[in-house]
Amino acid sequence: MKTKFLALVTLAAMAATAGAQHLTGAGGTFPNPIYQRWFTEYSASHPGVQINYQSVGSGAGIRQISQGIVDFGASDGPMTDQQLQESKIKLIHIPTVLGAVVPSYNLPGVNQELHFAPDVIADIYLGKITKWNDPRLAKDNPGVSLPDHSILPVYRSDGSGTNYIFTDFLSKVSPDFKTKVGVNTSVRWPLGVGQKGNEGVAGMVRNSPYSFGYVELIYAVQNKMLYGVVKNPAGKWVKASTDTVSAAAAGAAKNMPADYRVSITNAPGADSYPISSFTWLLIPIQSQDAAKGKVLHDFLEWMLDHGEAEAASMTYAPLPAPVVARVRKSITQIH
Amino acid sequence: MNEPGIIPLIQTRVPQQREPDGTEVHAPAVPSVIRNFLRAKSSGRIADGAFAGVMVLCALSIFAIVVLIVFVLVSDSRLSIHASGWKFFTGQIWDPVSGDFGALPFIYGTVVSSLLAVVMAVPLALAVSIFLLDICPKFLRGPISFLTELLAAIPSVVYGLWGVFVLVPIIRDQVGPVLEKYLGWTGFFVEPNFGVGIFTASVILAIMIFPVISSISRDVMRAVPVNQREAALALGATRWEMIRISVLRNARMGIVGSVILGLGRALGETMAVTMVIGNHPDIVKNLFAPGYTLASVIANEFTEATGDLYLSALIEVGLALFLVTIVVNAVARLLVWAVTRGNTAGAH
Repeated sequence: MKTKFLALVTLAAMAATAGAQHLTGAGGTFPNPIYQRWFTEYSASHPGVQINYQSVGSGAGIRQISQGIVDFGASDGPMTDQQLQESKIKLIHIPTVLGAVVPSYNLPGVNQELHFAPDVIADIYLGKITKWNDPRLAKDNPGVSLPDHSILPVYRSDGSGTNYIFTDFLSKVSPDFKTKVGVNTSVRWPLGVGQKGNEGVAGMVRNSPYSFGYVELIYAVQNKMLYGVVKNPAGKWVKASTDTVSAAAAGAAKNMPADYRVSITNAPGADSYPISSFTWLLIPIQSQDAAKGKVLHDFLEWMLDHGEAEAASMTYAPLPAPVVARVRKSITQIH
Repeated sequence: MNEPGIIPLIQTRVPQQREPDGTEVHAPAVPSVIRNFLRAKSSGRIADGAFAGVMVLCALSIFAIVVLIVFVLVSDSRLSIHASGWKFFTGQIWDPVSGDFGALPFIYGTVVSSLLAVVMAVPLALAVSIFLLDICPKFLRGPISFLTELLAAIPSVVYGLWGVFVLVPIIRDQVGPVLEKYLGWTGFFVEPNFGVGIFTASVILAIMIFPVISSISRDVMRAVPVNQREAALALGATRWEMIRISVLRNARMGIVGSVILGLGRALGETMAVTMVIGNHPDIVKNLFAPGYTLASVIANEFTEATGDLYLSALIEVGLALFLVTIVVNAVARLLVWAVTRGNTAGAH
């Protein structure tokens, strides 16, 4: 099948643009940098194929692929059962890379990495922990002189995958957060100040003494921000990095459902960073245009063979080996 | 000039005045092409009819656009209108997780931040207009007008960035404590003050709408006939009395119109406000507290809105914003119409 396709591609290349394949995808902004790179490289090595990705947001991505407006979608949160039912096209979730959310803070006079227990983070956003020198914070950070000052919680005001991952994590670790706030791309935060985008939250935290916020790992690393260490379910303090995020995916791999719609926040495993998540491509099992289906199938194989290796250099955590093996099997049904 | 074969398109009249030496006498002019065209009787009726028709169509298209916008907003927010009803406009809880959509905090944030901005911008804008018209030395007039217009041309995201990095720390560390010390008893300026909130948003909005109000009110004041000013001065009025009696009083309707146009702009402003208002839907008296506006919530949540009801509720927020702005614009148009009529009446 693949050789047949390659022959077709060669033919297409020979016939100049007449047989060129143009694919369009739309979805989340989080994986946009690496998707752009992948699609550019893939087009360069496969003459006649052009894949265009628009980072319009996960919600819009889901809507557009459900209505068949684009050839594939992408989302930072899995589609719900209801969304899958309502979709005009039968879709499959393919995990591509992983992201993570890290706690960031601004404490004048404190330059150490602070430790945050999951329930402490939840209670900061619920307004139960209001001071930096709260005994529960002090207990996890021995030797740090925490000031007697109120905490200003900062949250993402725009709907985002980051919010989804963060609220999903907090709902798992705090029953109170689950009932009072819940999980979504936008939620009703009981208190605090909202800012738009990673840059908004990071800017607010940087400029406001005694504030606490959360940003994507990639953003924190690229901007050399100080970020906190979080305790995982195994009881270990873990700092987010591409390794610990991939470890979370590996830890969750055993209990992963066949359709990959799984949250890997708070995943088991000693090295797992608890606020991690997959980001998914939403691929039609059967494309309306058979040639496009072949391109998608071929691209996914290329991604597993070549693309994943590039992820870490862009601070995205690559899929761990057991997940790659499973995805490789799953994509055989795409045509 | 009078070469044979060339008929001037627009023929001027023969000069009535002759040179003293009598040499430059022009022959009577040949009627021009336009004059001939106008003299031909039949041309007018069709052209006038067509012209009127086109103009009526243009005018009606405005109605069509407005009706279409309302239609799309209403039809796309049908789901939310059915689900929430009037509670949408009175409810105070906006919770996408549970599907509770009440837009009152957004309406409150929009109206309060805009009104406050107008309160801050109007005295400044009027002072600048009066100064430019009646007091300003000539060499300063150009630069000040230019800078005022420049303020209007700055994109709102730049105002937002400036707000985040410059204004927010100033309001948090310098202005806030002073306001709290002297006006804290009113309940409008109470700690905690994080620098972001309704007050900061109003300051940004005031700076953004100031050029609109200033330039329109300046034009209106300029339209006040000079003899009105001269009359006041001749009766012994001081400069301030002259400005108050003859300029401000005559131009008041136009000034109100300019203020309402500024208010209209403040109501719809999105980017800069989103960056400094704190995006927290709450109705509180404290102006230091974070708030939220109608335009901001659409900008923040539209792209990632999942679920039909949520999306529909956001479109209804757009409908609410449209209703607020349309009322403001209608009033502004009415006032502008009133002031132009007033001026022609007073101009003779």
